[in-house]
This record gives sequence, structure tokens and C-alpha cells, in this order.
Amino acid sequence: MLKPRVPLEEQKVMPVNGDEAVAYAVKQCLVDVVAAYPITPQTIIVEKFSEFVANGEVKTQYVPVESEHSAMSACIGAAAAGARTFTSTSAQGLALMWENLYIASGLRLPIVMAVVNRALSAPINIHCDHSDAYGMRDSGWIQLFVENSQEAYDTTIQAFKIAEHPEVQLPVAVNLDGFFLSHTLENVYMLPDEEVHRFLGGYRKLVKTYVDYLNREVEYKLDPANPLSIGSLDLYDYYFEHKMPQVEAMKKASDVVRRVNEEWYELTGRSYGDGVIDSYAVEDADAVVIVLGSSAGTMKYVASLMRQKGFKVGVVRLRMFRPFPFSEVRELLKGVKVVGVMDRGLSFGSYGPLYLEVNTAFYYSKERPLLVNYIYGLGGRDLSPAMAEEVFMDLIEVAKISEVREHLKFIGVRS
Amino acid sequence: MEARHPTRDYVREEVLPTTFCPGCYNGIVMNAMALAFKELGIYDLRSYVFVSGIGCASWIPNPYLKADSIHTLHGRAIPVATGIKLAKPSLNVIVIAGDGDLASIGGNHLIHAARRNMDILVIMVNNLVYAMTRGQQSPTTPQGFITITTPYGNFEKPFDISRIIVETNANYVARWCIVNFPQLKESIKEALAKYNRGFRFIEIWAPCITYVVRYEGKTAGGALKEMSKKCVPLSDYEKLPMEKRDGCIAVGVFKKELKPSFIDLYKSYVEKAVGGVNGI
Repeated sequence: MLKPRVPLEEQKVMPVNGDEAVAYAVKQCLVDVVAAYPITPQTIIVEKFSEFVANGEVKTQYVPVESEHSAMSACIGAAAAGARTFTSTSAQGLALMWENLYIASGLRLPIVMAVVNRALSAPINIHCDHSDAYGMRDSGWIQLFVENSQEAYDTTIQAFKIAEHPEVQLPVAVNLDGFFLSHTLENVYMLPDEEVHRFLGGYRKLVKTYVDYLNREVEYKLDPANPLSIGSLDLYDYYFEHKMPQVEAMKKASDVVRRVNEEWYELTGRSYGDGVIDSYAVEDADAVVIVLGSSAGTMKYVASLMRQKGFKVGVVRLRMFRPFPFSEVRELLKGVKVVGVMDRGLSFGSYGPLYLEVNTAFYYSKERPLLVNYIYGLGGRDLSPAMAEEVFMDLIEVAKISEVREHLKFIGVRS
Repeated sequence: MEARHPTRDYVREEVLPTTFCPGCYNGIVMNAMALAFKELGIYDLRSYVFVSGIGCASWIPNPYLKADSIHTLHGRAIPVATGIKLAKPSLNVIVIAGDGDLASIGGNHLIHAARRNMDILVIMVNNLVYAMTRGQQSPTTPQGFITITTPYGNFEKPFDISRIIVETNANYVARWCIVNFPQLKESIKEALAKYNRGFRFIEIWAPCITYVVRYEGKTAGGALKEMSKKCVPLSDYEKLPMEKRDGCIAVGVFKKELKPSFIDLYKSYVEKAVGGVNGI
């Protein structure tokens, strides 16, 4: 194994929860502006960060705004002025930001946001599911999901690099499961500040853009010396063309996510699959589940127990949900008999959003696995090892009879 | 006969105990409201609808009150209440929510409902912080207050929310501290009976027991004693020289009028346009 530039013994171990891991990561990222509004289970991130600001440990401008809508608005303003910006939210807060999410991506502002996943109301629930993240899937943000607090720390730092990459220039949402990760203590390895600064190349670097009325290239930021009008009215004459670079940037994002994962591996010795997909025991598996977030830990653990009993099962954890890695999923699961797609959230009147994507991934391939959609863990309902085993056994049964009798199943719900 | 707490007649006993922290002043607000109903002879809350948002105070009506209530989104209690009132004007609509809800994320709705003189009673429990999310600085946090997000004291100026509402078209505005229990109760009665039209706003100064009172190292009792010294009746407050007003809380009824309310104006508008409409 290649020796990482910062070996483990030179990394500082901190006992932190997922939220604090994110706060410590942001602290090292030379962020210019943070604007946020409290919402459970995100609150700790900004609470911790406001402490760093008050203690003078960071040079960040911290704005305690009066709503999430204002939080994202402040981030948009700051990012448009050239600042590196961060915010974080959950559930209703994310829903309130919704119209601004499209402004951030449409204006190509590389804002990083931690989304601490929580179920949407009504009824009111503060615990984890992915309905908030699924709600923003079409907003043009890159969406990454982490499995543990270490990955939350690592991915937050990576997110700035991905967002600000000249070929990407898109906002990135780092999703971590509410309470399961946000409020659970874990030992997290942290880099020295200067290594993070070096990894990110210092403060945010701006891309240049050609402006016809100035007849030269200028940095893409609001600057009185080189005035730009951004976000102006753009009707059927040009709007469509102006959306195409967003399509292209999303296409390029997958490669950037992968490359950043490799660079991170060289720096720290840690990597998460290829950056896009993190798989476990898939090579010879007959039945595989696809899952997002912290539940992957439970699924891998149960898969390892089932392997000991001779069941050939595997787990695919998607680290990146947007852009969706269609060809990667297709390649990886070629030849697998049956695939269970686990969604912590669903589109009412349809299936789980992850299931729909996996279906699309396989539609054009000749070797299509049988697909079953399992909805689990809504409103923070725990996914126990017994439920995980139930899913695997169900998939093995489907493989045996080579037929899916029920495409949509609900796990762990009382009748 | 078994002694019975008067509030119990209005509370769903099966959901007790409440989720409030021990010593929370929300219980006093509940009691003031219950006694106000009782003294007005209102035992059946069937013509009342309670609307709340998100936050500690929003738990007072939902799930605890034995009445129709709806727990809405953070900041959106007033628009929902407005909708209910317009759909069925015969209902008495009461909003109970906190400062984080009404003065911060829902501030826009508050001033516009007041501007319209919308027929709702709004009881704002001002606990000075975002208490439910563990006491972050909010737009009503006094300057210098130490909160979890302002470890060296808040440097921002807070809103004096009652003063803002006084300047609008609202019919009734009052502020009481949690120590002014009799006055608070009378004020609620007034806003329910004598001044039962238009926008009625009662602010209750009730610092969060956990993230304000205990966070500052004080006891619940000590904080109440201190508060009773800080509360100055409006008439006395106005006589105080400017430099002595700092740290004082002006309490009293700021405004009571019976101007035509939104529903009154709407009725006459419809009358003028099409000669009236059923149900209004």
C-alpha cells in the first residue's frame, strides 16, 4: 500500500459526532461566509461553528439569519461576490430553501451545504429519512451521501474541491443521516489545517468568463471594477442554451468526484470505493442490495454474516446520487440475478426515487437483474439486522423462483 | 370533593405530562388561558381553533388543549389561521406560538396580518431564544445575552415586537411578563370578549427556563423575582428618562380599539360588489 502523505499517526483523533465532524471540517476549509438557521438535527454544526467564529479560530463571517430561505439567499450573495460559502440544514429547512437551490445551481455558485437528513412533515418528525434529499434531486446540486462520521469529515472537505473544480462549478450537498450520524460519537481522524489548505489550494479560486460588453475575460464574481449582471431575465430566446452548460457540468462531475477521492486517498490513506460507488462482496453475488447513507453499515454487517452461512449476497452503497452513476451501476451489477433497491423515502403514487434510477440504469442492458424496491426506515425507524436479513432472504427467494411478485415492499412497518 | 386544577378541564389528560422542561413558564401561559376561559364561562371550546407553528410554545395548544388544533410549519401559523378564519368566520381562531416562530421566520406574516387587522388572537410566548433547538440567538434576544451561538454576548439589536405591532392597524396589543399573571389573564379575557374583533396581539415575556434562566446560572424562582423588578407599567415606563429604560420591560395594554376588522371590511366590500355572499 502506498504510504499516505499524512500517515494515520500524524492525524489527530477527535471523539466527535457527525455534526461536529462536519463543523471541524468546515473550520479547516478557509470558508469566507457561513449563513444558517437552527433546525434539528443540523443545529450542532452551526452551533459549533459559531463557537469557532466567536473564539477567533476562523476568519469566517457568520450570519445568523432569520430563516433557511435567507440562509441560502445569503450564501448565494456571498458566493456571487466570490466567497467560499457554507450552510447546513435539514428537512423543512431544506424545503424552505427550495427555490433558492435552483438559483445556486443555475448561477453556477459552488456553495457547499451539509444536509442532515430528516423526515419531512406532516406529521412532525425530527428523525432520519431521505425525503428531504429526494426533494432536491432535480435542483442541479451534486448530492453525496456518507456512511459514517469519518466520511462526513472527509466528504465535507472534498465537497469544496469538487464544487469549485473549474469543470464543475456547481453546488454540492453532503448528506449525513440525522441522529444516526449527526448525534452519535465516533473517533474521527482529522488532518492538520495546513494539509487541508494545501488540498484545497488555499482560498476559493474564481473561474474566468468572457464578457462581451467588456470585451475581455473577467473573474466570475460581482465586482464593481468589472460589473456583471447575473441572473437576469432570460426567456425562450436563450434560457434553454444557458441550461446546457449545467447539463455538461453534471456529466463532468462524476470524474471529478472520482479524482478527488483518489487524491484524498493519496493524502490520508482513506478512500470510499471509487468515490462514486462503494461496494461490498458484489463480485460473485447472486443477490445485491443498493442503499444510501448509514444503513449501508448494517447491510454490510448482515451480508458478512450471511456469507458465513453460504449465501452469496453483496451490498452497493451509492456515495453519489446526483449525478446518478448509471453506467457504473450497470457495469458493476452485470450478471447479478436479483437486486434489491432500498429507499428511505418514496415518491407517493410511484416507487422510491433510487429504485426509479436503478430501473433506468438497466433498461437498455440485455442482462437485466430482477429488481425489487424496499421502502424502509421512514421517520427514523431503525433498520435492524433482523430486517436487513429479511430483505436478503426475500431477494434470495426471488432469485430462486426467478420472478418478482411484488415490486414495492415496506420493511419494518406495522400493519 | 377532590380538588382539581382548573386547567385540567381544558387539557387532554391522557397526553400528560407535558414535554416542557421542569419549571418552564409555558405552564403558566396554559393556566392563564384556562382561567380566562373559565372566568368567561367558556367550557366548550368547540367554536375555537388553535393554530401553532414550530417551537416550544407551539406545543401549548397541540397536543395538550382539548380543542381543535393544528401544528403547522415553522413560522406559518398565522397564514393557516387566516385561512381558517376566512373559510369559517364564525370560528374563534387563536394562534399560540413563540418569538422564533412569529417574530423571526414568520415575521412577514405577523406584520401583514396585523396590517389587515385580521380577526385572530395571537399569543406570542417570547422566550428570548430559539429554545427548541437548544437556545440559539434569535431576533428577540436582548443585547449582551450569552447564548449558545453568542458565547461572548449578543451584539445584535433585538426587535421590540409589541411596539412594531402597535404601529400597525392591529386592534389590541398588550405585553405582560410571566410574573404578571392576573393582568395576563385579564388581558386574554379582554381579547376574547370585549375586544373580540380584528388583530389582537399579546406578547408574554417568558425567558426560556433552560437556555436563558439556567444558562445564566439563575434559578426559576430567582429569575421571577428579578423579572418582577424589571417589569414597569407602561405609564411609569414612559416617565422614565431614556438612560433608565435600559433593561426595563414596559408592560401593559399598549392599544385597545374596536376598528372594523378584515372580516367587517370584507363583508361590506362583498355587499357593495355583489350584494353579499352566503356564509360571510
